[in-house]
Amino acid sequence: MKITLNVWRQRDASSEGSFETHQLDDVSPDMSFLEMLDVLNRRLEAEGKVPVAFESDCREGICGVCSLMISGQAHGPESGTTTCQLHMRSFKDGDTIFVEPWRAKAFPVIRDLVTDRSSLDRVIQCGGYVSVNTGSVPEANSVQVAKENADKAMDAAACIGCGACVAACPNGSAMLFTAAKLAHLSLLPQGKPEHERRIKRMVEGMDAQGFGACTNHGECQEACPKLISIEFIAKMNRDYIKASLLPEHTSSELLKAQ
Amino acid sequence: MLIKFYSSTIGKKVVVALTGIVLLLFVIGHMAGNLKAFGGYDDKGVHKLDSYAIFLRDFASDVLGHSGFLWTMRAVLLVCLLVHVFTVIQLQRINSSGRGSRYAVVNPSSATVASRTMFIGGLVLLAYTVYHILHMTVGVVHFGGFVEGRVYANVYRAFTLSYVTFIYVAAMGFLGLHTYHGVWSLFQTLGLNTPDRHFVFINLARLLAVVLFFGFISVPLAVYFNLLPPPNVAAGVAG
Ligand code: FES
Repeated sequence: MKITLNVWRQRDASSEGSFETHQLDDVSPDMSFLEMLDVLNRRLEAEGKVPVAFESDCREGICGVCSLMISGQAHGPESGTTTCQLHMRSFKDGDTIFVEPWRAKAFPVIRDLVTDRSSLDRVIQCGGYVSVNTGSVPEANSVQVAKENADKAMDAAACIGCGACVAACPNGSAMLFTAAKLAHLSLLPQGKPEHERRIKRMVEGMDAQGFGACTNHGECQEACPKLISIEFIAKMNRDYIKASLLPEHTSSELLKAQ
Repeated sequence: MLIKFYSSTIGKKVVVALTGIVLLLFVIGHMAGNLKAFGGYDDKGVHKLDSYAIFLRDFASDVLGHSGFLWTMRAVLLVCLLVHVFTVIQLQRINSSGRGSRYAVVNPSSATVASRTMFIGGLVLLAYTVYHILHMTVGVVHFGGFVEGRVYANVYRAFTLSYVTFIYVAAMGFLGLHTYHGVWSLFQTLGLNTPDRHFVFINLARLLAVVLFFGFISVPLAVYFNLLPPPNVAAGVAG
């Protein structure tokens, strides 16, 4: 396959970036998108030029560090796929592809296609964990979880924190990320005692990082490589309204019950 | 507690949704009331639209006083409108700074014309609302011989002019778009939307958008295309 690649090059967060065009003539349709970039980088190195900086780790769709905006689509044209799992067969021979980094105020560019997404970690630091003592592994049937809740919690827990939702949102909002992280904890008994405290702190933390707010375009769920639904945003809104406006009750009751 | 809630983005969105519901209910009522324009004249030669205006003016006047109901409604609507607009402007600031730098290539998957024109379209509707009040309530920009209380005559004379008809029809296009995305959004924002209810809410949004659009444009277009009788100048009720 012949591919014309326009890659974003940027020295660091403070410098101006621009596109650099490369012609790739023998791209195999079986290559992953990242392997195609590897080929390009090998060529650049051989020519004594600086290779394109991009991130990858697991290359099997589970770590969430590969993060490319490919011709205006986060993680490329396939739905439910990370960039590392995207193959060149998803493109046509002769295609021109634009590769950009995630763009959001909360994701400053480190270099070329690499962005700093630690703002997502800071949202987690606001309470995206369970800190109550849940004891050792319980006897199999003693803690019962409704099938529906278990399934939903798993759907939400599929989030790999790649930031595609923020990158795809016209407002750079991290509501899908935050909502997924909240839901996978609050749907399970271990996460319930701290639920109200957690949602208030995480929403506050999310706002403090400079993410935009949701205007219900739905772009995030289209971009999500794990197909996480905006139903979790509705759940977060519902839970946040309850936690903020109703007297706090679940926490203390459940903590007492423990 | 309320201040903390309002200071969060979700809290602001909830405020926009709640004030939006009030404005939506008003708009539905307004549209239904407008259809009285098709009601014709009663035995005394008073147009149904004019007697509807008197009904609104005198509604609950024993409790609220002369025009009390009208002014209460106006006050409530004005407060809701101001809160709606003010909060949206705050959110818009946060949202437009959230993106940072722009993408060279944008390829939206699910954003619609309606969802992307909520802010701009909302500003258009705000400007239209001001114009509409000056036009049909106050009468200072009517230019067709505005007479207070002669609602049907005022409406009729307004829409014989093509530019006025055009402005109204175009504004209702924006209203339809705003309603479509707004109605669906408010269920999502208030946390009422779930996968099994999505179908109901999205279709309710579509239905309301279509009904409001056609309901509102029916009167201007009917007048413009001479489908309604000219006003009865001799009769009618003043102020
Ligand atoms: S490299 Fe780990 S998800 Fe793509």
